Amino acid sequence: MPIKQLSLFVENRPGSLSAVCNVLKDNNLSIRTLSLADTQQFGILRLLLAEYEQARTVLEKAGFIVKVTDVLALEVPDRPGGLADILTILDKHQLSVEYMYAFTFGVADKAVIVFRFEDPHFAIEALQNEPIKLVKASELFR
Amino acid sequence: MSNFVVPNRIFDPEAECMPSGERVKMQIAGLRRTVEQAKKIPFYRRKFDKSGIAPESIKSLEDLQQLPFTTKQDLRDAYPFGFFAVPRAELARLHASSGTTGKPTFVGYTQKDLEIWSGLCARFLVAGGLTADQIVQVSFGYGLFTGGFGLHSGIERVGASVLPASSGNTQRQIMLLEDVKIDTLICTPSYALNLAENITAMGKKGKLALRYAHLGGEPWTEEMRLGIEEELGIRAFNNYGLSEIIGPGVSGECAVRCGMHIQEDQFMVECLNPETLEPVADGEQGELVITSLNKEACPIIRYRTRDLAYLDSSPCECGRTTKRMSRIRGRSDDMMIIRGVNVFPTQIEEALLRVDGTAPHFMIELTRPGNLDEAAIKVEIRPQDFSDKMEAMHKMRDRIGREVTAITGLHFNIELVEPNTLERFTGKAKRVFDNRKLND
Repeated sequence: MPIKQLSLFVENRPGSLSAVCNVLKDNNLSIRTLSLADTQQFGILRLLLAEYEQARTVLEKAGFIVKVTDVLALEVPDRPGGLADILTILDKHQLSVEYMYAFTFGVADKAVIVFRFEDPHFAIEALQNEPIKLVKASELFR
Repeated sequence: MSNFVVPNRIFDPEAECMPSGERVKMQIAGLRRTVEQAKKIPFYRRKFDKSGIAPESIKSLEDLQQLPFTTKQDLRDAYPFGFFAVPRAELARLHASSGTTGKPTFVGYTQKDLEIWSGLCARFLVAGGLTADQIVQVSFGYGLFTGGFGLHSGIERVGASVLPASSGNTQRQIMLLEDVKIDTLICTPSYALNLAENITAMGKKGKLALRYAHLGGEPWTEEMRLGIEEELGIRAFNNYGLSEIIGPGVSGECAVRCGMHIQEDQFMVECLNPETLEPVADGEQGELVITSLNKEACPIIRYRTRDLAYLDSSPCECGRTTKRMSRIRGRSDDMMIIRGVNVFPTQIEEALLRVDGTAPHFMIELTRPGNLDEAAIKVEIRPQDFSDKMEAMHKMRDRIGREVTAITGLHFNIELVEPNTLERFTGKAKRVFDNRKLND
């Protein structure tokens, strides 16, 4: 099951990130995790949160450009080689990674890595018989 | 060192020091000749027919005010050769200025036009210290731009030697200045400052033979002149011209340096209020409107230069009897001059349209951090432009940069900005923010 991710365009200047976060705060919305791809002049802020539709609505209302993208959250064992094994499987299926970011939540010995594939549904199909656990939205945001 | 006295020499005393009564007669004859020649151009013929203008209608200089204006847009609409009054076979040279949407504006010269032009360049070169024994480095680009070839012919006309270095490659320019022991340099003022800075950095300050510079092609300030003269230990002179009229040589400074002497035997220069198109008084800023008096290939009538300056008819110590004009103090339209290249905001809009059917909000910001212009375009991003992938964002930004360069020939830094962050205007949008402080 893909997870819905919000992406926002932010300029690289003081105050641009807090502007986004304050909109979420004012609407009582909590971020599960985020990543920021930055360049000298601008950045792309990627957010995972449970109420993504509501978040999108309030952020767009506040003037931000928001894009909803399907990403996959893969569970990775927290041990040497945990990620290497997963990447080997991705290579086997010729799934190239557009970008990824990792976080941990609650479960000991496990991390979650969010992967952006060109075609997430193709990736789900390719991985369904592999020993990889796809984390569902219901688990991620419980 | 930079305060040495420049001898007062005059290349063409007959034309430059003519008693004003005699000049008026010449100008009236010139206006008639120009109307006659302009009848061969459909644009003017239509206008003359409509208001019953014939060469004989010109009886005094005031009659110039009956003649129609010509705008840059009129020239563009007649692309490529609609403003040429002679058959192709009679042309001796073609030049072009930049257009707004990638199409240039062509100008043509007959052999006689070229002779007059080289004489006009010779006049301001001699007024600013050029003598036949000097070697002159021309660091203007040689090409469609009128600067390179115009000055080149003027130098030859004086009998001096010319080193046609053309533009670019600063290290090589400095090597030439040093090794050839160049006396006089021709380039844009901002490039002269750039050269000066590099010369100082290379430890060559004070070691060059250079004594004079003739700078033009873009507006500059007295402050820049002081910097250039101090750094290079030279005297730097200002000259003015535009390709639509002839190129460099419309006016230039003399040794007294109290404005640029207008070559009034060849051009009528009016200074008008750009709104009302009524003449303004001496010393009052207005738009320069120029009429040629002797041109064969491209006679031009009341061309609206959009350049703002003021006129000065008071006598000059140098002995020339011609009117003088101030430095260019601004524009009455939104044209920018960036590193000597003319750029209109509409060209940037055109480039953005090429990237994606509709143009986003944008703003152009000009700065001069060192001695060279920097140009940036801020582009507001729209939902359809946005991707969560950085590679896609970079591709879009680079594509905008390439299209802008393809149209303007210049590099612009492209900055993507958040929506609704650029100022909105009711009425005409202010697209250009010029922070180069050209007017002191």
